Amino acid sequence: MRLYNSKPDEKRLQYENNCEVGVFSKLTNAYCLVAIGGSENFYSTFEAELADVIPVVKTSIAGTRIIGRLCAGNKKGLLLPHNTTDQELQHLRNSLPDSVVVQRIEERLSALGNCISCNDHVALTHPDLDKETEELIADVLGVEVFRQTVAGNILVGSYCTFSNIGGLVHPHTSIEDLDELSTLLQVPLVAGTVNRGSDVIAAGLTVTDWTAFCGSDTTATELSVIESVFKLREAKPSALVDEMRKSLIDTYV
Amino acid sequence: MTKQQAQSNPNTNGAPSLLISLFCLHRLSDAVPFSLSAYYRICCPFPPLRSPSPTQEKLAMAQGVGMFTVPQTIGSVLCCRCGILMQPNAANMCANCLRSEIDITEGLQKHVIIIFCPECNSFLQPPRTWIKAELESKELLTFCVKRLKNLNTVRMVHAEFIWTEPHSKRIKIKLKVQKEVLHGAILEQAYTVEYVVQDQLCESCARVQANPDQWVAAVQLRQHVPHRRTFFYLEQLILKHDAAKDAIRITQMDQGIDFFFGKRSHGVKFVEFVGKVAPTRSRTDKQLVSQDSKSNTYHYKYTFSVEISPICREDLICLPPKLSVSLGNLGPLVICTKVTNTIALLDPRTLRQCFLDAEQYWRSSFKALLSSRQLTEYMIIDMEEVRSEENVGGSRYVLADAHVARVSDLGKNDRHFIVRTHLGHLLSCGDCALGYDLYSANSNDFELDKYRGVIPDVVLIKKSYEEKRQQRQRKSRSWKLKSLNMEVDDGTRGREHEEKMNTEYEHFLRDLEENPDLRFNLSLYRNKEYEPSMGSVADGDDVPSVPLDELLADLDLGDEESEEDEMVE
Repeated sequence: MRLYNSKPDEKRLQYENNCEVGVFSKLTNAYCLVAIGGSENFYSTFEAELADVIPVVKTSIAGTRIIGRLCAGNKKGLLLPHNTTDQELQHLRNSLPDSVVVQRIEERLSALGNCISCNDHVALTHPDLDKETEELIADVLGVEVFRQTVAGNILVGSYCTFSNIGGLVHPHTSIEDLDELSTLLQVPLVAGTVNRGSDVIAAGLTVTDWTAFCGSDTTATELSVIESVFKLREAKPSALVDEMRKSLIDTYV
Repeated sequence: MTKQQAQSNPNTNGAPSLLISLFCLHRLSDAVPFSLSAYYRICCPFPPLRSPSPTQEKLAMAQGVGMFTVPQTIGSVLCCRCGILMQPNAANMCANCLRSEIDITEGLQKHVIIIFCPECNSFLQPPRTWIKAELESKELLTFCVKRLKNLNTVRMVHAEFIWTEPHSKRIKIKLKVQKEVLHGAILEQAYTVEYVVQDQLCESCARVQANPDQWVAAVQLRQHVPHRRTFFYLEQLILKHDAAKDAIRITQMDQGIDFFFGKRSHGVKFVEFVGKVAPTRSRTDKQLVSQDSKSNTYHYKYTFSVEISPICREDLICLPPKLSVSLGNLGPLVICTKVTNTIALLDPRTLRQCFLDAEQYWRSSFKALLSSRQLTEYMIIDMEEVRSEENVGGSRYVLADAHVARVSDLGKNDRHFIVRTHLGHLLSCGDCALGYDLYSANSNDFELDKYRGVIPDVVLIKKSYEEKRQQRQRKSRSWKLKSLNMEVDDGTRGREHEEKMNTEYEHFLRDLEENPDLRFNLSLYRNKEYEPSMGSVADGDDVPSVPLDELLADLDLGDEESEEDEMVE
């Protein structure tokens, strides 16, 4: 496990030497789901950061560890695919707070995490999702649902991640698409990369409104883009940051 | 819009988010240390990355069909390493970062040694081939690129020479290669390969250097006759067919010519060529020069001994009785009319012709009774046709009875002969002819002695143009011949031999003039120094000469001709 303490509100980490943290975890404003791994390092990073704020739950879905890509949720609810076992469903119902509605849905596209991307107000879904599923999403998660593509990719859940404050999308997204999405979602969006140029955003990054976790391959540039769009540095006044930047430039020149 | 203004509406409610997002990008670009990127640009001046854009293709397709499409402008992202603004590509890194991280020329050869032979300007392609190539030529470029070992891991797009001093013993090539790197982006990079040229003589040059006159095959051409007409003719044939172009050395010997070759195959080829133009028999021998018994290689000197049959054109032959009978009772006295790889024999009394193969000849090797040196001149007193014109083996003959007398006898005594001749179509009353004087000849021939039948007194061979030639004032001919580059061992012979050679050559040239079929195989060239005489002799029967359309214009690379051309223009 690699831990860089440079940014307090943002952590770079790995799951069993794999930088795709968004695959093995699901982070919302109300809870955090973590996959069961061989070592406890992954879990303990989340715990150290979040345990006093929200519950951190270890689970598997459908017997697999790729829970981040199989389920979709926000602070109001959690949607699980049809192949979730009853024990897992019960375990989740028990562990999560009562305000969170845990629902298993029958949907042909069972990787809900790849098909649905949402925050607490708006959700973007795969264009081929069923009508019933769409209604369920609107119901359970309490969001407005839009069918969209991101940079020509139908797996919107993989190629974009957004919180209530900002969002990061696939780097090839055109400016018109960016406008459109931003208008729909009502949050500022930026096109960027994570994990050293990888364009699968949601696999490399999980965010809440106050914190973010990304893979350890993420470069400093990517990190700065992430923290600016998700406003993770809002504690510091901007003038100080500007002065710091100026002095940095001086040393290089 | 400043950051404060943007921050004052945290919940952007319908406000255009485009400006904000761009604004963020701009802010980030301020942080970029421009000097760092400039450094990369200077030290690796490479062309930018190429990225595939499937969406652009789909757009073009959709527009082609007629659908309404929104024009898509690709925005910029930050390079994930250095943070400068750039167009998004498959690796999402700017070209400089990609180059600094990945070097596609890693593992490729940058420094190669090649071996060059300064004598024959060729380069060694191991293990044993030598390739001739000039500096900065296409062949050299191909050769140099072939010598690079791992070039199949990348795709080579371009190769060119970088100029180096010719005697610096260095050759530099700039290569542009392409390779696919992470996430499908194709990177193109140029790099230089330096070749160090080392001198080493190739085997053939080393052999030549050690012994410049070294030959491997020698062909010894011999004809045991007192004249050299055959060799003059053969010389012209060899020149026409370029048969001796591989010969290292050509030496003129007594009764023959020696040809020396660098390879046995050249010698064999030459022997076969001679076998096609003259009736020959040959034998071959070899002599061991050196050997390497460990690798079982042996170097030999090969000698081909080729003997041309001594029968020449216009020879009078008395056939041995066995051969005469086997040829269908061809009268024992025959004239040889034509010699190629077969000998054509004509019986002048019956106008029958037969051909003898080289093998057939050598089985019963007979010699000529009389040859053209012993021709005497006769004056035709009277001519009477016996049979009408016949076509014998391609040539026309008319059997006639001629009443002749020797020119040397004219005025002195009254000896005349009546002879049956085959030259009825050529000769008429009052002409001069050349023939063999069997009446007064003293021949030392077994076959002739054994022969019981009638031996004619005279055998006429050809028409004589001697008088006309003497009348003619012209010294030079309108045509000329080329000659082979022969070494002649002059020391032992002396002036008489030289004069004899000259007269023989003159006879040969006259022969060429008189016989168009002899000229057929040779190349005659126009003589530039020839001036037609003013008062041409316009006798009824002019001396035969070579018509102008048979002559070839000689290739003249001299300066005079170019001046003439300029004047004409």
